[in-house]
Amino acid sequence: MPADDDDAHEWLDADAGPLVRSYAVTGGRARPGASTFDLLTYVVATPAGQRRHAVRLQPEHRAVLALAQEPISVAELSSRAGFALGVVRVLLADLFDEGAVTRMAPAVAPGHIPDDHILQAVILGLRHA
Amino acid sequence: MRDERARSIPTAIKILVAGGFGAGKTTMVGNVSEILPLHTEEVLTSAGTDSDDLSGVEAKRTTTVTMDFGRITIGDSAVLYLFGTPGQDRFWFLWDELAIGALGAVVLADTRRLADSFPSIDYFERRGIPFVVAVNCFHGHQPFGVDAVRGALSLDPEVPVVMCDVRDRRSGREVLVTLIEHVRAITLGPAHTAVAGTS
Repeated sequence: MPADDDDAHEWLDADAGPLVRSYAVTGGRARPGASTFDLLTYVVATPAGQRRHAVRLQPEHRAVLALAQEPISVAELSSRAGFALGVVRVLLADLFDEGAVTRMAPAVAPGHIPDDHILQAVILGLRHA
Repeated sequence: MRDERARSIPTAIKILVAGGFGAGKTTMVGNVSEILPLHTEEVLTSAGTDSDDLSGVEAKRTTTVTMDFGRITIGDSAVLYLFGTPGQDRFWFLWDELAIGALGAVVLADTRRLADSFPSIDYFERRGIPFVVAVNCFHGHQPFGVDAVRGALSLDPEVPVVMCDVRDRRSGREVLVTLIEHVRAITLGPAHTAVAGTS
Protein backbone atom coordinates (compact mmCIF):
# COMPACT_ATOMS: atom_id res chain seq x y z
CA MET A 1 0.00 0.00 0.00
CA PRO A 2 1.41 3.42 -0.87
CA ALA A 3 2.39 5.40 2.20
CA ASP A 4 0.14 8.35 1.34
CA ASP A 5 -2.97 6.19 1.67
CA ASP A 6 -2.43 6.05 5.40
CA ASP A 7 -2.15 9.82 5.64
CA ALA A 8 -5.14 10.42 3.43
CA HIS A 9 -7.50 8.38 5.56
CA GLU A 10 -6.29 9.31 9.03
CA TRP A 11 -9.22 11.63 9.62
CA LEU A 12 -11.90 9.30 8.30
CA ASP A 13 -13.44 8.45 11.64
CA ALA A 14 -16.73 9.28 13.31
CA ASP A 15 -15.74 12.95 13.59
CA ALA A 16 -15.37 13.42 9.86
CA GLY A 17 -19.05 14.22 9.36
CA PRO A 18 -18.90 18.01 9.09
CA LEU A 19 -16.13 17.81 6.52
CA VAL A 20 -18.06 15.42 4.33
CA ARG A 21 -21.20 17.52 4.58
CA SER A 22 -19.48 20.76 3.69
CA TYR A 23 -17.94 19.34 0.54
CA ALA A 24 -20.75 17.05 -0.52
CA VAL A 25 -21.97 19.55 -3.11
CA THR A 26 -18.56 19.52 -4.74
CA GLY A 27 -18.47 15.76 -5.07
CA GLY A 28 -15.69 15.63 -2.51
CA ARG A 29 -13.42 17.86 -4.56
CA ALA A 30 -11.50 20.28 -2.42
CA ARG A 31 -9.45 21.93 -5.17
CA PRO A 32 -10.84 23.70 -8.21
CA GLY A 33 -8.32 22.27 -10.63
CA ALA A 34 -6.25 24.58 -12.75
CA SER A 35 -8.63 27.51 -12.45
CA THR A 36 -7.85 29.80 -9.57
CA PHE A 37 -10.14 32.25 -7.87
CA ASP A 38 -8.36 34.60 -5.50
CA LEU A 39 -10.40 36.26 -2.73
CA LEU A 40 -10.50 39.51 -4.69
CA THR A 41 -10.91 38.04 -8.15
CA TYR A 42 -14.06 39.50 -9.72
CA VAL A 43 -16.32 37.08 -11.53
CA VAL A 44 -19.44 37.69 -13.61
CA ALA A 45 -21.96 35.56 -15.45
CA THR A 46 -21.40 35.25 -19.19
CA PRO A 47 -24.31 35.73 -21.60
CA ALA A 48 -24.71 31.93 -21.48
CA GLY A 49 -24.65 32.07 -17.69
CA GLN A 50 -27.33 34.75 -17.69
CA ARG A 51 -29.55 32.27 -19.54
CA ARG A 52 -28.87 29.88 -16.72
CA HIS A 53 -31.83 27.64 -17.39
CA ALA A 54 -29.88 26.50 -20.42
CA VAL A 55 -27.05 25.18 -18.23
CA ARG A 56 -27.30 21.89 -16.37
CA LEU A 57 -26.59 22.86 -12.79
CA GLN A 58 -27.01 21.83 -9.18
CA PRO A 59 -28.93 24.26 -6.93
CA GLU A 60 -25.62 25.41 -5.41
CA HIS A 61 -24.30 26.33 -8.83
CA ARG A 62 -27.48 28.26 -9.53
CA ALA A 63 -27.12 30.14 -6.24
CA VAL A 64 -23.57 31.19 -7.16
CA LEU A 65 -24.63 32.13 -10.68
CA ALA A 66 -27.53 34.22 -9.39
CA LEU A 67 -25.11 36.26 -7.25
CA ALA A 68 -22.73 36.75 -10.17
CA GLN A 69 -25.18 38.48 -12.51
CA GLU A 70 -23.20 41.63 -11.77
CA PRO A 71 -19.42 41.59 -11.17
CA ILE A 72 -18.67 40.40 -7.63
CA SER A 73 -15.52 39.45 -5.75
CA VAL A 74 -15.05 35.82 -4.76
CA ALA A 75 -14.89 36.82 -1.09
CA GLU A 76 -18.24 38.62 -1.24
CA LEU A 77 -19.76 35.81 -3.22
CA SER A 78 -18.72 33.34 -0.52
CA SER A 79 -20.19 35.55 2.18
CA ARG A 80 -23.50 36.13 0.42
CA ALA A 81 -23.91 32.53 -0.72
CA GLY A 82 -23.08 31.20 2.74
CA PHE A 83 -20.72 28.59 1.30
CA ALA A 84 -17.18 28.04 2.53
CA LEU A 85 -14.52 29.61 0.36
CA GLY A 86 -13.18 26.27 -0.84
CA VAL A 87 -16.68 25.20 -1.87
CA VAL A 88 -17.30 28.43 -3.78
CA ARG A 89 -14.04 28.00 -5.63
CA VAL A 90 -15.00 24.53 -6.80
CA LEU A 91 -18.45 25.70 -7.88
CA LEU A 92 -16.94 28.65 -9.73
CA ALA A 93 -14.48 26.35 -11.48
CA ASP A 94 -17.39 24.19 -12.65
CA LEU A 95 -19.24 27.24 -13.92
CA PHE A 96 -16.07 28.49 -15.59
CA ASP A 97 -15.62 25.15 -17.34
CA GLU A 98 -19.26 25.33 -18.49
CA GLY A 99 -18.67 28.79 -19.88
CA ALA A 100 -21.24 30.25 -17.49
CA VAL A 101 -18.94 32.63 -15.61
CA THR A 102 -15.80 34.48 -16.51
CA ARG A 103 -13.07 36.09 -14.50
CA MET A 104 -12.66 39.81 -14.99
CA ALA A 105 -9.19 41.21 -15.49
CA PRO A 106 -8.15 43.07 -12.31
CA ALA A 107 -7.72 46.82 -12.55
CA VAL A 108 -4.28 46.39 -10.96
CA ALA A 109 -2.15 43.31 -11.53
CA PRO A 110 -1.89 41.18 -8.39
CA GLY A 111 1.06 42.18 -6.23
CA HIS A 112 1.33 45.62 -7.81
CA ILE A 113 0.72 48.84 -5.93
CA PRO A 114 -2.08 50.92 -7.45
CA ASP A 115 -1.27 54.19 -9.18
CA ASP A 116 -0.67 57.04 -6.78
CA HIS A 117 -3.72 58.98 -7.92
CA ILE A 118 -5.84 56.02 -6.80
CA LEU A 119 -4.18 55.97 -3.39
CA GLN A 120 -4.70 59.72 -3.04
CA ALA A 121 -8.37 59.28 -3.93
CA VAL A 122 -8.65 56.56 -1.28
CA ILE A 123 -7.14 58.84 1.36
CA LEU A 124 -9.55 61.66 0.52
CA GLY A 125 -12.44 59.21 0.45
CA LEU A 126 -11.57 57.79 3.86
CA ARG A 127 -11.39 61.25 5.40
CA HIS A 128 -14.49 62.75 3.86
CA ALA A 129 -16.91 59.90 3.22
CA MET B 1 -26.23 41.28 -25.22
CA ARG B 2 -23.94 42.81 -22.65
CA ASP B 3 -20.26 42.80 -23.41
CA GLU B 4 -18.23 41.65 -20.40
CA ARG B 5 -15.05 43.15 -21.75
CA ALA B 6 -16.55 46.62 -21.92
CA ARG B 7 -17.28 46.71 -18.23
CA SER B 8 -14.69 48.05 -15.85
CA ILE B 9 -14.21 46.96 -12.31
CA PRO B 10 -12.79 49.10 -9.51
CA THR B 11 -9.27 48.72 -8.19
CA ALA B 12 -9.59 46.18 -5.39
CA ILE B 13 -7.24 46.93 -2.51
CA LYS B 14 -6.68 44.33 0.19
CA ILE B 15 -5.72 45.43 3.69
CA LEU B 16 -5.20 43.03 6.58
CA VAL B 17 -6.19 43.80 10.16
CA ALA B 18 -4.09 41.71 12.52
CA GLY B 19 -3.36 41.55 16.24
CA GLY B 20 -3.80 39.26 19.19
CA PHE B 21 -7.06 37.74 20.32
CA GLY B 22 -9.33 40.47 21.69
CA ALA B 23 -7.28 43.36 20.30
CA GLY B 24 -10.31 44.72 18.44
CA LYS B 25 -9.89 43.33 14.90
CA THR B 26 -13.53 42.47 14.34
CA THR B 27 -14.68 45.74 15.91
CA MET B 28 -12.44 47.80 13.67
CA VAL B 29 -13.38 45.96 10.49
CA GLY B 30 -17.06 46.37 11.31
CA ASN B 31 -16.93 50.03 12.28
CA VAL B 32 -14.94 51.37 9.33
CA SER B 33 -16.87 49.39 6.73
CA GLU B 34 -19.89 50.65 4.82
CA ILE B 35 -21.95 47.52 5.27
CA LEU B 36 -22.38 44.93 7.95
CA PRO B 37 -19.30 42.75 8.34
CA LEU B 38 -19.16 40.00 5.79
CA HIS B 39 -17.57 36.70 6.52
CA THR B 40 -16.22 33.80 4.65
CA GLU B 41 -15.15 30.55 6.15
CA GLU B 42 -12.90 27.66 5.47
CA VAL B 43 -13.23 24.11 6.72
CA LEU B 44 -10.14 22.77 8.42
CA THR B 45 -9.15 19.16 8.16
CA SER B 46 -6.14 19.13 10.46
CA ALA B 47 -6.37 17.42 13.85
CA GLY B 48 -4.80 19.97 16.21
CA THR B 49 -6.77 18.62 19.16
CA ASP B 50 -4.43 19.94 21.83
CA SER B 51 -3.77 23.46 20.60
CA ASP B 52 -7.31 24.74 20.20
CA ASP B 53 -8.17 27.23 22.89
CA LEU B 54 -11.84 27.51 21.99
CA SER B 55 -13.90 25.66 24.56
CA GLY B 56 -16.13 22.85 23.42
CA VAL B 57 -14.39 21.90 20.21
CA GLU B 58 -11.50 19.88 21.63
CA ALA B 59 -12.84 16.56 20.43
CA LYS B 60 -13.53 17.59 16.85
CA ARG B 61 -11.26 16.66 13.99
CA THR B 62 -12.71 19.29 11.71
CA THR B 63 -13.65 22.85 12.47
CA THR B 64 -14.54 25.98 10.62
CA VAL B 65 -12.53 29.15 10.78
CA THR B 66 -14.37 32.33 9.97
CA MET B 67 -12.67 35.30 8.38
CA ASP B 68 -14.39 38.63 8.92
CA PHE B 69 -14.07 41.20 6.24
CA GLY B 70 -15.49 44.56 5.34
CA ARG B 71 -15.70 46.79 2.31
CA ILE B 72 -15.24 50.51 1.73
CA THR B 73 -16.14 51.83 -1.72
CA ILE B 74 -14.24 54.89 -2.92
CA GLY B 75 -16.29 56.36 -5.73
CA ASP B 76 -16.06 54.38 -8.95
CA SER B 77 -12.33 53.94 -8.78
CA ALA B 78 -11.45 51.74 -5.82
CA VAL B 79 -12.81 49.35 -3.23
CA LEU B 80 -10.95 48.60 -0.03
CA TYR B 81 -11.37 45.13 1.39
CA LEU B 82 -10.38 44.72 5.01
CA PHE B 83 -9.70 41.21 6.20
CA GLY B 84 -9.38 40.40 9.88
CA THR B 85 -6.74 37.73 10.31
CA PRO B 86 -7.52 34.56 12.25
CA GLY B 87 -6.22 35.05 15.77
CA GLN B 88 -5.12 31.54 16.56
CA ASP B 89 -1.63 30.33 15.78
CA ARG B 90 -2.88 27.11 14.21
CA PHE B 91 -4.52 29.10 11.43
CA TRP B 92 -1.28 30.70 10.20
CA PHE B 93 -1.58 28.92 6.87
CA LEU B 94 -4.66 31.02 6.14
CA TRP B 95 -2.58 34.16 6.58
CA ASP B 96 -0.51 33.25 3.57
CA GLU B 97 -3.52 33.33 1.30
CA LEU B 98 -4.78 36.55 2.88
CA ALA B 99 -1.35 38.16 2.55
CA ILE B 100 -1.03 37.52 -1.20
CA GLY B 101 -1.41 40.83 -2.97
CA ALA B 102 -2.15 42.77 0.22
CA LEU B 103 -1.32 46.47 0.02
CA GLY B 104 -0.49 46.53 3.73
CA ALA B 105 -1.59 45.67 7.22
CA VAL B 106 -2.77 47.21 10.46
CA VAL B 107 -1.46 45.53 13.61
CA LEU B 108 -3.77 46.31 16.50
CA ALA B 109 -1.98 46.34 19.84
CA ASP B 110 -3.39 46.20 23.34
CA THR B 111 -0.84 47.59 25.80
CA ARG B 112 -2.08 45.22 28.49
CA ARG B 113 -0.98 42.32 26.26
CA LEU B 114 1.64 43.86 24.03
CA ALA B 115 3.41 40.55 23.39
CA ASP B 116 0.28 39.28 21.62
CA SER B 117 1.14 41.52 18.66
CA PHE B 118 4.67 40.13 18.23
CA PRO B 119 3.67 37.27 15.90
CA SER B 120 1.79 39.63 13.57
CA ILE B 121 4.69 42.09 13.45
CA ASP B 122 7.18 39.27 12.77
CA TYR B 123 4.96 37.93 10.00
CA PHE B 124 4.70 41.23 8.12
CA GLU B 125 8.37 42.12 8.66
CA ARG B 126 9.53 38.78 7.25
CA ARG B 127 7.37 39.13 4.16
CA GLY B 128 8.12 42.79 3.56
CA ILE B 129 4.45 43.79 3.83
CA PRO B 130 4.06 47.44 4.89
CA PHE B 131 2.28 47.78 8.23
CA VAL B 132 1.36 50.28 10.89
CA VAL B 133 0.85 49.60 14.59
CA ALA B 134 -2.39 51.01 15.99
CA VAL B 135 -2.64 51.06 19.78
CA ASN B 136 -6.25 50.53 20.68
CA CYS B 137 -7.28 52.78 23.56
CA PHE B 138 -10.17 50.79 24.94
CA HIS B 139 -11.11 53.20 27.68
CA GLY B 140 -10.50 56.51 26.00
CA HIS B 141 -7.04 56.95 27.41
CA GLN B 142 -3.72 55.24 27.08
CA PRO B 143 -1.12 55.17 29.86
CA PHE B 144 1.76 54.47 27.47
CA GLY B 145 3.01 56.87 24.82
CA VAL B 146 3.83 56.11 21.21
CA ASP B 147 7.57 56.04 21.95
CA ALA B 148 7.16 53.57 24.80
CA VAL B 149 5.13 51.23 22.57
CA ARG B 150 7.63 51.58 19.71
CA GLY B 151 10.48 50.68 22.06
CA ALA B 152 8.66 47.76 23.61
CA LEU B 153 7.89 46.31 20.17
CA SER B 154 11.42 47.00 18.80
CA LEU B 155 9.93 48.57 15.69
CA ASP B 156 11.97 50.04 12.88
CA PRO B 157 11.87 53.84 13.08
CA GLU B 158 9.90 54.21 9.84
CA VAL B 159 6.99 52.04 11.02
CA PRO B 160 4.15 54.37 12.04
CA VAL B 161 2.67 53.94 15.51
CA VAL B 162 -0.67 55.63 16.15
CA MET B 163 -3.23 55.72 18.92
CA CYS B 164 -6.79 54.84 17.99
CA ASP B 165 -10.18 53.82 19.29
CA VAL B 166 -11.48 51.03 17.08
CA ARG B 167 -15.04 51.68 18.26
CA ASP B 168 -14.90 55.03 16.47
CA ARG B 169 -15.37 54.98 12.70
CA ARG B 170 -13.37 58.14 12.07
CA SER B 171 -10.49 56.93 14.25
CA GLY B 172 -10.39 53.57 12.50
CA ARG B 173 -10.43 55.19 9.07
CA GLU B 174 -7.61 57.53 10.08
CA VAL B 175 -5.53 54.42 10.88
CA LEU B 176 -6.14 53.28 7.30
CA VAL B 177 -5.06 56.70 6.03
CA THR B 178 -1.83 56.34 8.02
CA LEU B 179 -1.21 52.95 6.43
CA ILE B 180 -1.80 54.21 2.88
CA GLU B 181 0.43 57.24 3.49
CA HIS B 182 3.08 54.81 4.75
CA VAL B 183 2.77 52.73 1.57
CA ARG B 184 3.06 55.89 -0.54
CA ALA B 185 6.14 57.01 1.41
CA ILE B 186 7.78 53.62 0.77
CA THR B 187 6.85 53.71 -2.91
CA LEU B 188 7.49 57.34 -3.77
CA GLY B 189 9.83 58.50 -1.04
CA PRO B 190 8.72 60.71 1.85
CA ALA B 191 9.28 63.98 -0.01
CA HIS B 192 6.61 63.29 -2.63
CA THR B 193 3.62 62.21 -0.62
CA ALA B 194 1.68 65.37 0.14
CA VAL B 195 -1.99 64.87 -0.71
CA ALA B 196 -3.71 67.99 -1.92
CA GLY B 197 -6.27 69.28 0.53
CA THR B 198 -5.00 67.34 3.53
CA SER B 199 -2.16 67.44 6.07
